[in-house]
Amino acid sequence: MSSTAISTQTVPKKTPLRRWIKRIASNYIVRMLSRAVFTIWFVTSLIFFLVRLMPSNPIEVYINELIVQYSLPYAEARDQAASLFAINLDAPLHEQYFEYMVQLAHGNLGTSLRSPGTSVWEIIVAFLPWTLFSVGLGLIISFILGVFIGMLLAYKRQAWWESGVSGIASVLSSIPNYIIGIVLLVYLGVYWNLVPIHQMRGSRSPGIHPGFTWVFIKDIFFHAALPILTYVLSTIGSWILSMKSSTIGTLGEDYVAVARARGLSEGRITTAYVGRNAMLPLITQLLISIGFVVGGSILIESIFVYQGIGYRLLAALTTRDYPLMQGIFLIITISVVVSNLLADFIYGWFDPRVRVAGGER
Amino acid sequence: MTTQALMPKTGIRYWPGRVLRGAGRFLKLMSRNKTGFVGFLIFIFFVLMTTVGTWFVPQATSADITKIYVPPSREHLLGTDSQGKDILSQIVHGGRDILQMALLTGIISTFIGVALGSLSALIGGGFDSFLTMLADIWLTIPRFPLLAVLATLVKLDNMLFLALLLSVLSWAGLYRSIRAQVFSIKERDYIEAATALDLGMWHIIFSEVLPNMLSYIAISFTFGMTSAIYAQVGLVFLGLVPLTRNWGVMINLAWTQGAIFFKDSVYFIMAPVTAIALFQLSIVWMSRSLEEIFNPRLRTG
Repeated sequence: MSSTAISTQTVPKKTPLRRWIKRIASNYIVRMLSRAVFTIWFVTSLIFFLVRLMPSNPIEVYINELIVQYSLPYAEARDQAASLFAINLDAPLHEQYFEYMVQLAHGNLGTSLRSPGTSVWEIIVAFLPWTLFSVGLGLIISFILGVFIGMLLAYKRQAWWESGVSGIASVLSSIPNYIIGIVLLVYLGVYWNLVPIHQMRGSRSPGIHPGFTWVFIKDIFFHAALPILTYVLSTIGSWILSMKSSTIGTLGEDYVAVARARGLSEGRITTAYVGRNAMLPLITQLLISIGFVVGGSILIESIFVYQGIGYRLLAALTTRDYPLMQGIFLIITISVVVSNLLADFIYGWFDPRVRVAGGER
Repeated sequence: MTTQALMPKTGIRYWPGRVLRGAGRFLKLMSRNKTGFVGFLIFIFFVLMTTVGTWFVPQATSADITKIYVPPSREHLLGTDSQGKDILSQIVHGGRDILQMALLTGIISTFIGVALGSLSALIGGGFDSFLTMLADIWLTIPRFPLLAVLATLVKLDNMLFLALLLSVLSWAGLYRSIRAQVFSIKERDYIEAATALDLGMWHIIFSEVLPNMLSYIAISFTFGMTSAIYAQVGLVFLGLVPLTRNWGVMINLAWTQGAIFFKDSVYFIMAPVTAIALFQLSIVWMSRSLEEIFNPRLRTG
């Protein structure tokens, strides 16, 4: 955005190079990508300086811990901490920062404090897929279901069940997701005893090996069922309500009336004219909700003891495993930013108007 | 100003009458939307329970081993917990922190959002595009994990500090909607008239623009409250924020003590869960009535 502001000032002198730079800078994809990279850099730096400048500096805390636990001399404890955090403690802060960034660029996130010898990267690779799987599937199911139910409600506004379904949607959308998770666990798992809650813990049963086998696929769905159900229930309400109001708005548009007048079939009007346009604002909402749901996974996964990245993050937080915590937070941010980027591109594909530079509001 | 002109001049002596009439008008407007009114009533119930209710219900402090997981009775309306403490008393006393923090966060975040949003739309230029870019980035930061990380670095038991932090973390969404709204209001005739009269930026913001955005502000206020409750109870539930009397603490206790897996303890866990769910729901529902009050065009019938 600032780039477009600069380029409008340089309009009078239009050398071919300048024009070329301007075209790249105002390109939709370039703009989106640079914003994504900037966001990741911003969050990484924020966490870097927070961890080091806070009054209870975690590195000092760790050094003290080593001294107390293993009665090491200060210098030795400091060396050990430095090697674990993969930083040079004697260097000034900006050099540490530069060093950290270089390490990051090489994909080196350091090693875990609590499970020595394991790199942060290995832990992330082991835990992240489960979160992406459960959150992604939950959001997709809830989005598709929500869009259908929302459209149905908009079309059947006179039906007797309309207000009931809308009411349930409004209740579901206002209750925090972890509350829904707890209620599911208490009633389905304990009070009515419908599901074997203890066997469903973890992300897969011991002794079952990954692969494209029916046993494995059945097993991972068995373990992910309750987290996915929670994600679906906690997000579907808002999809239903927004799709309903969006569809009602679209039904009143002139082009729908024109399409009817042209004698197009109702099915085609519903999908190509009403559905596609009514879904547009929901895609931006999907973009914001991805971040929210991934962030909320720390709560949901802790409730169901589902071993995803959120569960691991909580463990890292309670044991003060700072390198791991920093790494997981970075990965969560990256996955949120990347999914936002994807959503932006999908939005641009659905609605070509936004691809024009400077077209935002 | 217009309401004063319309009302009969009663003089300072009769101000209670005026307040009562104002309250009556407010209630009448609130009750136009049924869902909103129900939400409003539940909200008032929670406010009364956490303020006045604490005078009547003694605080459950001492543990009583002979009364572990007593089912609801006349003596203990909601039964007792794993230490034999009365659950109802914990519910009554555990809501005040949440309510105070939600109100504080609502006020601070609304203030930040309104101030930045209107300044950005009115000043425009580089300031505006910088803030817009910052807001876009801010929105993609996963807020709850960041809070959880922060909770390990700083002690978040200070209510004002936590409210400030939550507001700073959630300014971007509000900023966006306020900015868009101010942009649309800015173009209208009466704003141009005020600018032509050189009434000053603050006068334009507070006397001309703000009154036309009250419904947005009311909604954003309630939104600030609900997200504050979500974050605070979530942090407390995970055991990352050391608070003592709180519904989240009750869930956390039920959790860590394994009470969740006993059928008898269902009241212990469901009481705070229901309280949080109802409280959130009441705020969301109430916002519908507020929206209608401040935006008369929405009123139906």
